[in-house]
Amino acid sequence: MSTTLTKAIVTADQEKRPRLLGRRGPDTPTRPGLRVRNRRETATGYTFLLPWMIGFLGLTLGPMIYSLYLAFTRYNLFTEPRWIGLDNFVRMFTEDPQYIQSVQITLVYVLVGTPIKLAAALGVAMLLNYRDRGSTFFRSSFYAPSLIGASVSVAIVWRAMFSTDGPVDNTLSFFGLDIGGWVGNVALVLPMMILLAVWQFGAPMVIFLAGLKQVPRELYEAAEVDGAGPIRKFRSVTFPMLSSVIFFNLLLELINAFQVFASAYIISNGSGGPAGMTNFYTVYLYKRGFADLQMGYAAAMAWVLVIVVAIIAAILFKTQKSWVHYAGDNR
Amino acid sequence: MTTSTSEIARPEFLEIELDQQPAPERRRIKRKTINTIIWFVVLAALTAIVLYPLIWLFVATFKPSSEFGQNPGLIPDNPTIDNYFKVLEGIAGVPLWRFFANSTFIAVMAVIGTLFSSALAAYAFARVQFKGVGILFAAMIGTLLLPFHVVIIPQYIMFQKLDMVDTYWPLILPKFLATEAFFVFLIVQFIRNIPRDMDEAARIDGAGHWRTFFSIILPLIKPALITSAIFTFIWTWNDFLGPLLYVNSPEQYPLPVALRLYNDQTSTSDYGATVAVSFLALLPILIFFIVFQRFLVDGVATQGLKG
Repeated sequence: MSTTLTKAIVTADQEKRPRLLGRRGPDTPTRPGLRVRNRRETATGYTFLLPWMIGFLGLTLGPMIYSLYLAFTRYNLFTEPRWIGLDNFVRMFTEDPQYIQSVQITLVYVLVGTPIKLAAALGVAMLLNYRDRGSTFFRSSFYAPSLIGASVSVAIVWRAMFSTDGPVDNTLSFFGLDIGGWVGNVALVLPMMILLAVWQFGAPMVIFLAGLKQVPRELYEAAEVDGAGPIRKFRSVTFPMLSSVIFFNLLLELINAFQVFASAYIISNGSGGPAGMTNFYTVYLYKRGFADLQMGYAAAMAWVLVIVVAIIAAILFKTQKSWVHYAGDNR
Repeated sequence: MTTSTSEIARPEFLEIELDQQPAPERRRIKRKTINTIIWFVVLAALTAIVLYPLIWLFVATFKPSSEFGQNPGLIPDNPTIDNYFKVLEGIAGVPLWRFFANSTFIAVMAVIGTLFSSALAAYAFARVQFKGVGILFAAMIGTLLLPFHVVIIPQYIMFQKLDMVDTYWPLILPKFLATEAFFVFLIVQFIRNIPRDMDEAARIDGAGHWRTFFSIILPLIKPALITSAIFTFIWTWNDFLGPLLYVNSPEQYPLPVALRLYNDQTSTSDYGATVAVSFLALLPILIFFIVFQRFLVDGVATQGLKG
């Protein structure tokens, strides 16, 4: 179950030591031979872990610290980084309207797109759960977009679908809604990107479906005996029983949504247009860092993103006590 | 009460009232059949909408370039396979097969690296008792939630200093260092579900950790390894930002960056070629998906992998 990951994240978050040692529990060096064995165990453990450790220190932790340093500098890859204190952050929030706009459209994309995507995922999962037979085909079909949605091919298709006289424009015109292409339209390009995200509802849907299959049927039968209608059953049975899965999906989808890059980059040909409406946070970060070579500024942007994501995760973890129930938990 | 069957959380629009008043039992069966038909029709319609972009892409590859923007219908007026022939010649002096070969090479190396490093790390986390395992495990879980953009700039600087830009090293090396924590976690969960009796028996027979890992654990975690391999292949195949940053020479391009070349140069004139390459680039993944869908979908369902 996906709740295992939620629990692992929760455990790691609370800095509780996860139960890794199985039944035997931590070794207590009572016998003299054990201490030698412990030392050997530690050596073996780190040997197994060596590739991961090198990657963690050299490609994650080290770079994180270095980019924190760069965030306070001006650096263009060719001259030495120059310490400028908080200038990057000040500039970001006071002198860079492109940055502010980028934050705004990214927040709209994340905060509007993710709930719609999850609602679609949950709705379709409930529909699929209505019957067992035949639902495997549908499940696979709905999952396919999640697998390819971030690819360049799909971005090209999406742009073609929503361009002037493309399939979407034609369909809407047929129903008397002549709004033209979405791609060049300042008001419609962001909804188009959100639709692309919603189209990939399959991955959270599959996780919801696995969660729904574990809800005991007796609970619904008991609710029916008490005269509960469909809405009441959803509120009192489905939602609480599924809350840990909802929490997990919400956390991952929010974090992923902040990182949308390839589709926006391809659809706007790398420009973030029209009028900056697809200039998502990561697109702008890429432009600043790798097109303008303002690596200090881009590092500062990246750290703001990390802090925002950390705050969102912290809020979610804080509020989960009031709405997330875990099995075997009598809250 | 009319709702006496045990369907779960039936959406309201499936509630259908019948005009006649047959016997309760017959009525229930009839209602059930009608509900199933409605269920099927709704899902089939939804499937058609969800899969429409892919169907459109496939059909559009047979449209001559002149029909784009002229013929709004799905079906081409003069179907042709010229797009495919044109596309085989390649772009910027590089034949199409070269991009496929590049993508395949990177993806296969990524799969090998990910399996090797993730399985080793997962075994250490799940089975070896050593100091610091708790905090390291927490760190590994933490990297799952870390936006990776915070490391791309320092990583780029590092690979640039190492003179590895415009090689495949920056794309492949991290995979050999288990940077994709999802797979480490997936395999850890799998190993934890294997009864410890197996390793303990091996231990009594004198096998050390390495022996236990290779002879007992590795054969048992094959399903987790297959799931990791397929996902690594697909994600690497689709990856755009990595090659965009690190690969500069067209003859070294993997497909996603090569696609951008078509997309930029031919946005007005040769749309047919762009569409055909887009479809060809997706084809291996779609085939993978159709063949391995159970592994993929069940892997997502049990472990909560992202898409």
